[in-house]
Amino acid sequence: MERLVFDIAHSLAGGLVLVSFMMLYQDRLSALINIFAVQAVLLALSVAWQAYMQQAPHLYITAAIALVFKAIVIPVALHRIIKQLGIHREIEPVVGIGSTMFIGIGLVALSMVVMMRVTGQAAPVAREDLAFALSVILLGMLMMVTRRNAVGQVIGFMSLENGLVLAATGAKGMPLVVEISVAFSVLIAFIVIGIFLFRIRERFDTVDLSALDRHRGGQ
Amino acid sequence: MTAVAMLMWVVAALLATAVLSVAFSRTAAVSHWVYSTCAVLCASALGLLLVHLLGSGASTSGLTLPLGLPWLGAHFRLDALATFFLIVVNLGGAASSVYALGYGRHETAPHRVLPFYAAFLAGMNLVVLADDAFAFLLCWEFMSLTSWALVMTQHREHENTRAAYIYLVMASFGTLTLLLAFGLLAGPDGHYGFAAMRSAVHTPAVSALVLVLVLLGAGSKAGLVPLHVWLPLAHPAAPSHVSALMSGVMTKVAVYGSVRIIFDLLGEPAWWWGMLVLFLGGISTVLGVIYALMQHDLKRLLAYHTVENIGIIYIGLGLALAFQTNAMSGAATLALTAALFHVFNHSLFKSLLFFGAGAVLNATGQRDMEQLGGLIHRMPYTSFAFLVGCVAISALPPLNGFVSEWLTFQAILQSTDLPQWGLKIMVPAVGGLLALSAALAAACFVKAFGVTFLGRPRSAAAMQAHEVDRYSLATMLGFSLLCLLAGILPGLVIDALAPVTMSLIGARMPVQSSIPWLSIIPITAGRSSYNGLLVFAFIAMSGALAAYVIHRFASRALRRAPAWDCGFPDADPATQYTAGSFAQPIRRVFGELAFRLREQLDLPAPGDIRPARFVATLGDRIWELMYLPVVGAVQFGAEQLNRVQFLTIRRYLNLVFLTLITLLLVLAIWP
Amino acid sequence: MALIYALMVQAMQMVLVLALAPLLTGLVRKTKSRLLRRQGPPLLQPYRDLLRLSRKEVVLADNASWLFRVAPYLIFAATWVAASLVPTFAAGLMFNWAADLIAIIALLGSARFFLALSGMDIGTSFGGIGSSREVMIASLAEPAMLMIVFTVALIAGSTQLSTVSAFLAGADVGMRISLALALVALIMVALAENARIPVDNPTSHLELTMVHEAMVLEYSGRHLAMIEFGGSLKLLLYVSLIASVFVPWGIAGGVATPIEYAFGILTYLLKLTLFGLLLALFETVIAKMRVFRVSQFLGAALMLGLLGTLLLFVSRSL
Repeated sequence: MERLVFDIAHSLAGGLVLVSFMMLYQDRLSALINIFAVQAVLLALSVAWQAYMQQAPHLYITAAIALVFKAIVIPVALHRIIKQLGIHREIEPVVGIGSTMFIGIGLVALSMVVMMRVTGQAAPVAREDLAFALSVILLGMLMMVTRRNAVGQVIGFMSLENGLVLAATGAKGMPLVVEISVAFSVLIAFIVIGIFLFRIRERFDTVDLSALDRHRGGQ
Repeated sequence: MTAVAMLMWVVAALLATAVLSVAFSRTAAVSHWVYSTCAVLCASALGLLLVHLLGSGASTSGLTLPLGLPWLGAHFRLDALATFFLIVVNLGGAASSVYALGYGRHETAPHRVLPFYAAFLAGMNLVVLADDAFAFLLCWEFMSLTSWALVMTQHREHENTRAAYIYLVMASFGTLTLLLAFGLLAGPDGHYGFAAMRSAVHTPAVSALVLVLVLLGAGSKAGLVPLHVWLPLAHPAAPSHVSALMSGVMTKVAVYGSVRIIFDLLGEPAWWWGMLVLFLGGISTVLGVIYALMQHDLKRLLAYHTVENIGIIYIGLGLALAFQTNAMSGAATLALTAALFHVFNHSLFKSLLFFGAGAVLNATGQRDMEQLGGLIHRMPYTSFAFLVGCVAISALPPLNGFVSEWLTFQAILQSTDLPQWGLKIMVPAVGGLLALSAALAAACFVKAFGVTFLGRPRSAAAMQAHEVDRYSLATMLGFSLLCLLAGILPGLVIDALAPVTMSLIGARMPVQSSIPWLSIIPITAGRSSYNGLLVFAFIAMSGALAAYVIHRFASRALRRAPAWDCGFPDADPATQYTAGSFAQPIRRVFGELAFRLREQLDLPAPGDIRPARFVATLGDRIWELMYLPVVGAVQFGAEQLNRVQFLTIRRYLNLVFLTLITLLLVLAIWP
Repeated sequence: MALIYALMVQAMQMVLVLALAPLLTGLVRKTKSRLLRRQGPPLLQPYRDLLRLSRKEVVLADNASWLFRVAPYLIFAATWVAASLVPTFAAGLMFNWAADLIAIIALLGSARFFLALSGMDIGTSFGGIGSSREVMIASLAEPAMLMIVFTVALIAGSTQLSTVSAFLAGADVGMRISLALALVALIMVALAENARIPVDNPTSHLELTMVHEAMVLEYSGRHLAMIEFGGSLKLLLYVSLIASVFVPWGIAGGVATPIEYAFGILTYLLKLTLFGLLLALFETVIAKMRVFRVSQFLGAALMLGLLGTLLLFVSRSL
C-alpha cells in the first residue's frame, strides 16, 4: 500500500514530464495551449496527492490555485488572445521537432544524473521526484529557447513555473506564502507580456520575434 | 611439425607464388594458375586451422625466425585468437581466389594484380601470426602496400589514383600511430616481444594513450568514423575480388589488431575505455548506414556498409571492456562473443555481396544502380545469392546476421548493473543507435536489391546482361549456404569461440552443444533463448502448408498480362523509382542532421517544355570539419617551410651553427 | 502423453490466431462504420473476402519475377509464426523458447523486407512510392519497438514473452512510469506498423495517401489473399502483444488444465473485443497525418521508448 502511494506520486510526476514532451511535439498554437491546460491539471493532481501523502492541508490550496488559474483562466485567456491576434496557425520551432525532442531526452538524462549524484543522502522517492521536476524545468526552458512565436515562449515560461511548483511541493513543506507570491508574480508577468504582445502586433503586424531583430538599432 | 610452422610454410608458398607470377607474367594461363594455387593454399590452411581449433582449441605454438633485427628475430605465434581470425582470413581468401578464377578472365592487366594478390594474402596471414612489435608492423605495412598496389590497378582513371593516394596517406598515419603505441608498450627498456608486453605493468596514463593510439591506428584501417574516409573511395576502386578481401577480411585483420592490443596486451581496462569505444562504435554504425543510403554506386554503398558493421563490432568490444572493468565476466564474455560472431558473419555476407556486385559489373559493365534493373530475370542465380546476402546483412531471422545482433542486444540488456554514470547513459543511447542502424540497413538493402535486380532495365547494358561463370556462382552460392548454416546452427560457432574468450577474458559462455533442440542460451534459460533451426523450419513448413492448401482447395490459375499500374501504365522504364528517389523520404528525415542537405527543385512554368530539375547537394561534415582544415594546415606549413629551400649559403651555415649551439645549451642546462 | 497434450495446445494456439485474425479486422471495420452511422459490412465479411480472393485467378504482370510470386507465402508464413509465438490464452507453450520478443520483431521485419521488395518488383512508380515510404516508417518504428522491448525486458528480467507476461501479472510491479511510457510508445508503433490512421489509411486508394496499399497494388487472387491475411495476423499480433504485456491477467501459465485454457480463451476474446472497439473509436476520431509528420510521430515514440529505458538504467525502481 505504501508502495502504491509512492508509485502514484511517481506516475503523476512522470506524467508531467510526458506532457512536457507532448508540448515540445506540438506544432499548432491552440493544441499547445490545450496541452498546457492538461499539464496544469496534472500538476494540480500531483500537488493534491502530495498534500494527501504528507498530511499538509495547505497544499490543497496550492492545487486549487493551479487548477483554477493555470488550467482554466490562463488557457481561456490565451485562446482569446490568439484569436484576436489571428495567429492560431503553426509555430515553427527553431531547430526542428525531431531535434528538439532529441535535445529534450538529453536534458532529462542530464537532470536525472545531476539529481541522483547531488542528493545522495535523501530518500530515493524524493530524489526521483526532484529529478522529474528538474526535467520539467529544463524542458520548459528548452521550449522558451526553441520557439519563434512569443506565445510559445510564454507557455514555456509557464511550464517552467509548473516544474518549480512540483519541486517545491515534493521537497516537503512549501509555505503558502511562497506559492501565493510566485503565482502573483507569474500573473503580473503574464499581463505585462499580454500587453506587449498587442503592442508588438500593432506595430509590426506579427509576433514572430525574429522580425523584431530587423528593427534593432546599430546594425 | 607444429601448427604455426605449417602455416608459415603456407605463407611462404603464397609469397613464392607472388614471385613466380612476376616471372611468368606474360604467359597465357598465369592468372588461372595463380588463383588456383592461392585457392588451394588458403583452403589447406583453413582445413588445418579448423582441425586445430576443434581439436585442441586452446593450445598455442610459437616460432622464431632469424629474420629482422639480430637480437630480436621475428616471432610468430598461433593461439586461440589468432586461430579464429586466421580462419576468417583464409576462408575469405579461398573464396576470393575461386571467385577470381572466373572473374579474373576479364582482367586487362593481370600482371598488375596477380603478384600483389598473392602477397596480400600472405601479408594478412602474417599480421595475425605476428608475435612481436616489429614483425607486426612490418607485416601490417606490407599488407597496406600490397593492397594499395591493388587499388591502383586501373590507374588511368583519376578517381582511382585519388582514392589510392588518400588510402596511402591514411595507412601511413595508421602505421605511425601503431608504431607509437608499440613504442609506449615496449617501455624504456625496449621489450618488443608480445610476451614481455603482456606481463609488463603500465601506468594508467600510458595505457590510456596506447588505447587512443590503437583506436586511431587500427580503427582507421577498420573504418571507424571519423577515420573512415579512405574506405569508400579505395574499396570500390579495386577489382571486385580484392574489394571483397579488403572489406570482408582486411578490416577484420584491423579488428584483430585492436583486440590483440586492447584485450591482450594492455591489461586491466579503466571504466571510461568502454565508453570511448562504445561512442566511436555507435557513431560509426549510424553514420555508416546513413551515408550508404545516399549512394547509388553499388560498390560504394557496400563499402559504407562495412563502416556500419565495424561499428557494430566495436560496440560489442566496448561493452566487453565496460563489463570487464566491473568484473562482470559472464556479460563480458557474451559481449565479446557477439563481437567476434559478427566478425565472422560480416566477412561471410560482405564478401558475398561484393562477389555479387562484381558479377553485376562483369555482366553489365556498370556499377551505377541508376543504370541497372530487371537483372533478376537475366541473372537468376546471382540475384538469388545477392538476395541471401541482403537478408543476412539486414539482420533478419533465420540467417546469421540476426544471431550476432541478438547476442549484442542481450549483452546490452545485461548492463543495468554497471555502476558508472557515464556508462549508464551511454549504453542505452548506443542500444538505440544500434536498433536505428539495423532498421536503416534493411532499408538500404531493399534499395540496393530492388533498384539493381528488380523492376525494369534502365539501360541497354542491363537489358543484355548474362549470367556469370560457374566459379563465381559456386562461390556465391557456397557463401549463401554458409550464411544459412551459421544462422540455424549458431551454437556451433559460439562453442568454437569459447577458447578465444577463455584466453582473453578467462571465462566462456555456457556450452551450447548440449542444449536440446540446438537452441542457444546466452545466459540462463529463464532469461532468453533462440532457436534458429526451429524458426527456419516453422517458416518453411507454414509457407509450404499455406501454398499446398491454397493450391489444392482454392485455385492455381494464373494469367500473364501487362502491369496494372492503377490504369496508367507507362512503357518508359524511367518512370520507375530510382535509387535517389527511393532514398528520398529517409534523406529528408535524416539529411539535415547528418550532412547539410540542400534540395532544390526547379519546376518550369506551365507551357514551358524543358524538363524539371531536382538537385540534392550533400556536404560531408566530417570531411569539411576534420580533414580540410588538416590539409589546409599542412599546406600552410609546407609553404612556410618552403622558404628554407631558397636560403643563401651563409644562411645555411648560420642555421647549422645555431642548431649546434642550441643542442649544446640544452645539454648544459638539462638537470 | 504430456508431450502430445503440449503439442495439441501449441497447435491450438496456431489455429486460434489464424481463425481470429479476420474476425478482429471485421470487428474494427464494422465498428468504424457504425460510428459513422453506416450499416457497414457484416462481421464475417473478411472471411468471405479471403475465400473469394483465393479462388480467383491470379493476374500477373508480364515482368513479375519468382520473388513476386513467392513473397506472399513468405510474408504470410513469417507473420503467422510470429503471431503464434505471442501468448494469447496461454503462456509457456511448447515452442515458446524458440524465439523471444526481439526475434518476433525481427520476423515481422523479414515480412516487411519481402513486402517492400515485391513492391519494387514490377517497376511501377506506385510500388516505389509504397516501398520507399514503408522503409522510412520502418526505419523509425523498429528502433522504437526495440526500445520498448528493452524497457519491458529490463523490468521483467527476460526477453521471453511468457516470462514477461507472468512477471507483469504478478503482484509486485506497481505503477511504473517507464511502463506507462512503454505503453504509449507501443500504441504509437502499433498504429504505424499496422498501417492504421493516423499513419496510413487502410481504405485509401489515392497515391498521395497510400503506403501499404501502394506496395500491394499489383497483387491479385490468392497472392492478395495471403497478404491481406498476413496484415490481419499482424494486427492480431500487436493487439495480443499489448494484451499479454500490459493486461496479462487471465493468461494460463505453464501446463494447465483445460478449464484454465478455456478461461484463458474467454479473457482473450474479451480483450480482443475491447481493443478492437478502442481502435475503431480512435481511428474515427483522429485524422491522418501528412507523410513527413509521421517521422516526427515515430521519432516521438522512439524518444519515449529511449526515455523509458534510460529511466530504468538510472534507477531500478522507476
